[in-house]
Amino acid sequence: MLGYVARRLGFAVVSIAAVVVLTFLLVHLAPGEPMLGSADRRMVSPEVLARQRALFGLDRPLPVQFVRYAANLARGELGESFVLHRPVAAVIREALPNTLLLGAAALLLAVGLGLAVGVLQAARRHSLTDTLLGGATLALYSMPVFWLGLLLLLVFGEGLHWLPIGGMTDPAVHDLLPPLGRALDVARHLVLPAATLGLVQAAAFARFQRSALLESLGAEFVRAARARGLPERRVLLRHALRTALAPTLTLTGLSVPYFLAGSVLVESIFGWPGLGRVAYDAIFARDYNVIVATALIAGVLVALGNLLADVAVALADPRVRLDR
Amino acid sequence: MSPWRVAGRRFVRNRAAVAGAALVALLVLVAAVGPLCTGDPLAQPDPVRLQDRPPSGAHWLGTDPYSRDVLSRTVSAARVSLGIGVGAALLAVTLGTAVGLAAGVAGRRTDQLLMRGVDVAMALPRIFFLLAVFAVWEQAPPVAVALLIALTGWFQTSRIVRAEVLSLREADFVAAARALGVPEGRIARRHLLPHLAGPIIVSASLDVGNIILLEAGLSYLGLGIRPPTPTWGNMIMDGKDVLFSAPWVALAPGLALILTVVAFNLAGDGLRDALDPKARA
Amino acid sequence: MSAAALAPRTPLLEVRDLAVTFTGPGGVARAVDGVDLTVDEGETVGLVGESGCGKSVTALALLRLIEPPGHIAHGSSVRLEGRDLLALGTKEIRAVRGNHVALVFQEPLSALNPVRRVGAQIAEAIRAHEPVTRATARWRAVELLGTVGIPDAPRRASAYAHQLSGGMRQRVMLAMALACRPKLLLADEPTTALDVTIQAEILELLDGLQRRLGMAVLLITHNLGIVAERTRRVYVMYAGQIVEEAPTERLFAAPAHPYTEGLLAAVPRLDLRRERLRAIPGQVPPADAWPAGCRFHPRCPHAWERCRTELPPLLPVAEGRKARCWLVQEPDRRQA
Repeated sequence: MLGYVARRLGFAVVSIAAVVVLTFLLVHLAPGEPMLGSADRRMVSPEVLARQRALFGLDRPLPVQFVRYAANLARGELGESFVLHRPVAAVIREALPNTLLLGAAALLLAVGLGLAVGVLQAARRHSLTDTLLGGATLALYSMPVFWLGLLLLLVFGEGLHWLPIGGMTDPAVHDLLPPLGRALDVARHLVLPAATLGLVQAAAFARFQRSALLESLGAEFVRAARARGLPERRVLLRHALRTALAPTLTLTGLSVPYFLAGSVLVESIFGWPGLGRVAYDAIFARDYNVIVATALIAGVLVALGNLLADVAVALADPRVRLDR
Repeated sequence: MSPWRVAGRRFVRNRAAVAGAALVALLVLVAAVGPLCTGDPLAQPDPVRLQDRPPSGAHWLGTDPYSRDVLSRTVSAARVSLGIGVGAALLAVTLGTAVGLAAGVAGRRTDQLLMRGVDVAMALPRIFFLLAVFAVWEQAPPVAVALLIALTGWFQTSRIVRAEVLSLREADFVAAARALGVPEGRIARRHLLPHLAGPIIVSASLDVGNIILLEAGLSYLGLGIRPPTPTWGNMIMDGKDVLFSAPWVALAPGLALILTVVAFNLAGDGLRDALDPKARA
Repeated sequence: MSAAALAPRTPLLEVRDLAVTFTGPGGVARAVDGVDLTVDEGETVGLVGESGCGKSVTALALLRLIEPPGHIAHGSSVRLEGRDLLALGTKEIRAVRGNHVALVFQEPLSALNPVRRVGAQIAEAIRAHEPVTRATARWRAVELLGTVGIPDAPRRASAYAHQLSGGMRQRVMLAMALACRPKLLLADEPTTALDVTIQAEILELLDGLQRRLGMAVLLITHNLGIVAERTRRVYVMYAGQIVEEAPTERLFAAPAHPYTEGLLAAVPRLDLRRERLRAIPGQVPPADAWPAGCRFHPRCPHAWERCRTELPPLLPVAEGRKARCWLVQEPDRRQA
């Protein structure tokens, strides 16, 4: 087991290294001045430019630049945002926790709802419930996440006025509230964006879980469990589901890229001050340093997600621990 | 009866799959012929008075903030979305098959190397690199968009193909061909490739939906294919600013997207169930 | 002698007219078509047939484990000590499964849950039927593993199925089946997946356990060798029906049905001088297309007009012997 974890950890490190190299190449292969992208030269003050050059050694040969780049990264030095006039690291530090909060909420919703629906569908296969739920998951799964966000915003925000239409907090009252009130305020604002991000993934999980569970239910050991006189519910949950859980865990880990991509779209729609919105604004403003930094963070998060998923799978399915 | 006939029979018996396939055919028809029937998607006949008009007799789906007819734009956008979706899927599948086949028939060293590369590539966030590239490349033509999407999305196919090739390599009929002196390359082409057709087709058809959504996301962000050329994604981008006052601008392209992706997903699922020997319940 | 001792004993298992149909896109297939079986207490009975004859389906049907698109047809009756199992409610049939009647599957690797430890699975089976604590169940599971001859039982109980060898997995399956001391054990090809030497061990084990527990066994297999060694009576099954029924010795000495003859002749013999293996010509017909008349007639060397049109019932040959063949009535039709 430990050997397996060590191998997967090594792999995660390699992935992160690959991300670093790739972002470096991206920066240097793009047209225009490195680290500047196609941002208008005239809009950036000469002092800032000079600082950039010194920091990243832009007048040195390429390999030296890479070493500088990697070293800077290790120190947490990500350059300066030309648009926001602040160190990129600071911008990231403020935005990342918000995105993690949103992502966690969405993931919880996706896994919880997805699993429940998938299990229900499998238990009631070919019934009306199964067909209806199947249709719903198909529609959600085929929907662009940004469109769903706009739709929810239209219906629940503007149409019914149930939920706030933007931001993470209500600026008028947030600072005046006690801690619990503040938490609730954030929670209220969290509902729509988390639902948007989470529902599409929930549909994906439900579809997958349904077919995994159906396959598991058809397995010989499930029939053997029934032959021993075990109650149906136990057979379903303790035997069929346990075995079908492993691939779902893998899927959860692999869904990190989708959550990241989705956050770019969703945060901008709902004005959620997270990394996604930072990236979105940076893309439009051609704030290249920020774009690169967010790509890096995304790569790290994906690698971590894969690692956690691999470990979780090894815990759930003992056969995996023997691989290779 | 050949396995193709059997699969065909199974597909036809699956009502959802047939509905999906029919819908895809309809969409292709609309994309091909539709723009000839509707108006000019770029026309702005009356920039002031026709701005954000709700659906009416003259404009079945209303007009957008730039006074253009939403219906004709939606129909025109079908060409782009379907073209990129299908094109990129085909490209990705070709690439994936080539690499998977190579890895499958190659010696252990090459195989391991290739697959490690694929593993690492799969671990990288595709979206962000596409975002970064298209943020810089402002006037990317549709072909480039399709190409780049394909270049970042062939990994899963290569793994599937490799797995299939590995299991087929040891099959008796392959050993027989080898024993008769048939060269490796010929074996790969004439004996292995036909068996790969099934998984490849399924992989490709299920990919199309995802690619269409991916391209829509990119154009929603103002990247890739930009206005005034309509894509469903950038139409939604135009519509989000007037979401409360003129919801049809964003709703129409969104519904078109859902319909298209649902169609490809249904057809893709149907193909998978038809070609998979273990028919899923 | 008292009247009770003279009264005929109710057989442990009495199956009458069992039929199982499968409805598919190609039509309706009668995988089991009117099977009659009897097993007495403590007896070992064999059910022999090639793959595709319906014997595994029969075993599943006895415990009502047939799922759609399969159905047990109306008019079938499966009586365990007089109780009709097919008429029981869900809870009641569950109380029978694993408890009074146990089923051992053919491939232990696929019949054991791959993600749970084997000891836990045995304990679970015990707790499903008896109100014991978890600790007691676990202890009994370990004990059972010892009884079936697994060395180092306490450690093996924490193993997963894939960590054990084929023979040990089969022993685990036996342990699970015996956990609640069933009166009847349905053993579906218990040794087919094993090496020959392990096969012998498992069969010995089964013998010993049976004697100790006074258990009846329905041994379902295509292996005539183990049937000859281990059973007292045999049923031969073909195309969804019983075609011959006899005490084992008599069956092997003088088979009455041409199919049985063919099966016995096909067994490779080292003591006779034969250059070619004798096979039964033709193939087992598919379940949705049984031939008209006697189902064996296309492959039978003795078949005549009557066989092509009339399906023979099980005709009595001698005491405790029956055969589904017109030769019983018209023995002169037998070709030399």
